[in-house]
Amino acid sequence: MNRWRDLDWLLLGLVLVIAVVGITEIYSATVGTHFAGVYIKQIYFLIAGVIVLFAFSRLDYKLLLESAPWLYAMAVAALGAVLVIGRVIFHSRRWIPVAGAHLQVSELVKLVIIIVVARYFAESRRSAAGLGDVLRIGVLVGVPMLLVLAEPDLGTALTYLPIAGMGLLIGKLRWRHFALLGLAGLLVLPIAWRHLHPYQKARLESFLRPEADPLGTGYQLLQSKIAVGSGGLWGKGIAKGSQTRGAFLPVPQTDFIFAAFAEEHGFVGGIAILFLYFLVLMRLIQDAQSAPDLGGGLLVMGVVAVLGFHVFVNIGMALGLMPVTGIPLPLMSSGGSSLLFTFAALGVAMNVRMSRFVN
Amino acid sequence: MAWSEGKLPGGRIILVQYVLLAAFLFLAYGMWQLQVLQQARWETLAEHNRIRSEPIPAPRGRIYDRQGRLLVDNYPSFSALLVPDQARDLANDIAGIAQGLGMKPSDLSDRLARYQDAPSYQPVIIKEDITPGDLAFIASHRDQYPELETITVSRRLYPSDGYAMHVIGYVGEATEADIQRLHVTPGTLVGKSGLEQYYNSVLMGQDGLRRVIVDSRGRVEGEISDLPPRPGHDLRLTLDKDIQDAAEEAIGQRPGAIVALDPRNGEVLAMVSRPTFDPNLFTLGISSQEWQKLVEDPNRPLLNKAIQAQLAPGSVFKIVMSVAGLEEGIAETLKVNCQGGAWFYGQYKKCWISREHKVHGITDIRKAITQSCDVYFYTLGAQLGIDKIDYYAHALGLGEPTGIDLPHEAAGLVPSPAWKERHLHQPWFKGETINVAIGQGALTVTPLQLAHTIGGIMMDGQFFRPHLVFPSEVPANLRPQGPDETRFAIPEPALQVIEAGMRGVVGPEGTAASAHLQGVDWGGKTGTAQTVSEEHFAASGHKHQFVDNAWFVGVYPIDQPQIVVCVLFQHGAEGYYAANIAAEVIAAYAQKQAARARTQTARIERWRRAFAPLAAGFAWAAPPLPAAPAAPSSAFAILRFRGGRP
Repeated sequence: MNRWRDLDWLLLGLVLVIAVVGITEIYSATVGTHFAGVYIKQIYFLIAGVIVLFAFSRLDYKLLLESAPWLYAMAVAALGAVLVIGRVIFHSRRWIPVAGAHLQVSELVKLVIIIVVARYFAESRRSAAGLGDVLRIGVLVGVPMLLVLAEPDLGTALTYLPIAGMGLLIGKLRWRHFALLGLAGLLVLPIAWRHLHPYQKARLESFLRPEADPLGTGYQLLQSKIAVGSGGLWGKGIAKGSQTRGAFLPVPQTDFIFAAFAEEHGFVGGIAILFLYFLVLMRLIQDAQSAPDLGGGLLVMGVVAVLGFHVFVNIGMALGLMPVTGIPLPLMSSGGSSLLFTFAALGVAMNVRMSRFVN
Repeated sequence: MAWSEGKLPGGRIILVQYVLLAAFLFLAYGMWQLQVLQQARWETLAEHNRIRSEPIPAPRGRIYDRQGRLLVDNYPSFSALLVPDQARDLANDIAGIAQGLGMKPSDLSDRLARYQDAPSYQPVIIKEDITPGDLAFIASHRDQYPELETITVSRRLYPSDGYAMHVIGYVGEATEADIQRLHVTPGTLVGKSGLEQYYNSVLMGQDGLRRVIVDSRGRVEGEISDLPPRPGHDLRLTLDKDIQDAAEEAIGQRPGAIVALDPRNGEVLAMVSRPTFDPNLFTLGISSQEWQKLVEDPNRPLLNKAIQAQLAPGSVFKIVMSVAGLEEGIAETLKVNCQGGAWFYGQYKKCWISREHKVHGITDIRKAITQSCDVYFYTLGAQLGIDKIDYYAHALGLGEPTGIDLPHEAAGLVPSPAWKERHLHQPWFKGETINVAIGQGALTVTPLQLAHTIGGIMMDGQFFRPHLVFPSEVPANLRPQGPDETRFAIPEPALQVIEAGMRGVVGPEGTAASAHLQGVDWGGKTGTAQTVSEEHFAASGHKHQFVDNAWFVGVYPIDQPQIVVCVLFQHGAEGYYAANIAAEVIAAYAQKQAARARTQTARIERWRRAFAPLAAGFAWAAPPLPAAPAAPSSAFAILRFRGGRP
């Protein structure tokens, strides 16, 4: 087979367009601030990301599925190491220094969880998943989740959930069991609430009533809505967003990059970006359906689950439809770990697609 | 293959696609709501979204003397602010603003450039302590220059004549280093010298913060939150304003310093350094010419000479020599026949009395102190040797800082063969010991050290660390290292000999007979320290800057000391000039004591009269009244000297 021809060039093209738009927005949001220049870093990360994508597209996904237990052990060990030796940034221990850079391990562990869940359901002999599978998957995903929660990083920990959910969905968990699961989740909520950090509680409270404390935690949400709303139909133009330039919008280059983009490019620009993400996800689902086996399909659907969740929660937050959780917008937000994970995951998906003619 | 060849379940994949579509439509709907339907509302909010934080400067603590009399106050003043965000065209406005506020346009743009990194909605202080004219300019140009604002700050007000300025110090705008060290914002006033620097953390307080919503023209529409400033703590000093007044007046404009200590506890009652200057110059930013003038002044006005001038003590050191000689059992019996000079180690060393063509004749330790006989102390020095002198000088507190609560105290120097070997790589000459014995040679002290050492000796060898703030009022982290008190036992007989000698100094036979105070039992020791060798002085044509330094350390009352005063009169030529200055300070102290005793007596008398009828009934039980101390009345008609020898 011709490796270069079989690569999903359409998907790569869509992804690169989003990433380049992201870099222009990082530049626009940070020019003249302390963060000016991070867009250069982002360009380097993008180049590295494309290399990672090519590398993973050449790596047989079956090998990944076979080494799932080892990868899982390494992931848990690495998360443990973060808690012990990690760097504390913004009161949270998420990064470990690797070759001079700081690696956010929890981002990369997402890929391992996708692999582990895919392997679990691909191996399953039963035609439909039962409550026993729910329990086992719960433990498999729960252990790394708790380690990430302990950092503490609620946002990233939550992104592990849709992977497990996608696995159960494709593993044909019965609908009444899904309903049961939802009920159990509702019952657990009050207990989980008690274990949240005060700032996490405040974020959720301010999501419910943002006007109550306009300068406290509701501030970010309100400022983000003002940024998006004042952008109007056509936007204010590159580097002209008063919310972004006036530093009213918090971290416009990372978590709130969509708000910064929507302020400067308006409804038209925002919808275009939304559409690009939708195309990426649909293309991935198409790749999943053409996968040669269930394992490959599960891998790609895991990627769909993570990316879809990220995009929905992050943009929802920028629009004031979701609470502030601090998870990045894949491909656009400034930050190397997130970008590298996304490209690695896309590389795995591409390998699955390329294997479709092998058998 | 271990896993199934099965395909994905088609129905569920379609479900995923629909869920994603719904989610994206939900997001698109949210954007439609915000950006299209409610656009006008959010745009207005963005327009009005000018939340600005303004600092509310905390007033610094005031400084009082020991009786709660105000020494340093604050006064309300206005500063002009510029909020870059509110300007329509800042680059064009600069010239007009600078002209209106009487500034150079280049100074203004330099100042703004310094704050370039700060967010543009943060105000920048462009002119401090603005005049009513500036205030009117800002008020009348609200529409033309919406970026201009004013805030009220409280500013330091120092006595403009430089009163106690070296002790108190001054504040100035924080430098880059201060900002790092003290974690303050640019533009904050911090202590730069003296107590203002040492106790900066006590005095400074914490600035408050006001967050206000302003409209696009910079007008305040509402206040959101307010963090009130925490004012600095007041500082009560051990200084006694009456004694400080007397010292300031006594030294006049002569270059030098005065330190007055209470030797019973180390409290500093007065501290003066000359020349002085107006510290208010610093709080508003001193011009480079004025600064240059202060730095280059040969009389060193920036130095607190009381703790930083390191000079040869001259004959005052003979008190330390006497302690050493008496402790070693040499001085009590030593008698020297002074013939105006003597030979030591192949060199003829003159006694100061030879300049008056006289001799001291047979001299014992008492007479040697009273008349400051050099030959006696040459002989004593030769017998003790440099190692013993070195030992006693250190033991009595010389050669190291006293540990006073002021920054940059100098250590002085007690030379020894080891020191000379280490620093000059030369062997010690015995002739040098003879010089050190009369307080010359490489020996240097600060006025504070001398007061501390002589005061401690007169307290039977109890040395209290000098301090300007009562220890109970000092926060733990500012308390100096080391012990508050050191002891070096001096036997009573030795002390009586020194007392008698020092009392004689201000007596008819003494070197400071002119400083005699009728009815005041005090004593002291003169010092006349060469600044250069006699040959060099003659060769220079008796230049003023090489005239001898005059020293005097006075103690009152001589047998039970309450105050020790050290006077340094630079280029004062003769020790008794300094003694006359010290006498004025001692007199002020004695007068105050007497006045206090009189009011005390009067109070008791009033009380007794008020209760007399009652007391009569209990006459048998009434305690005997204390006798009022005899108030020295005419005693204080002390001579004010204007030069000339007595």
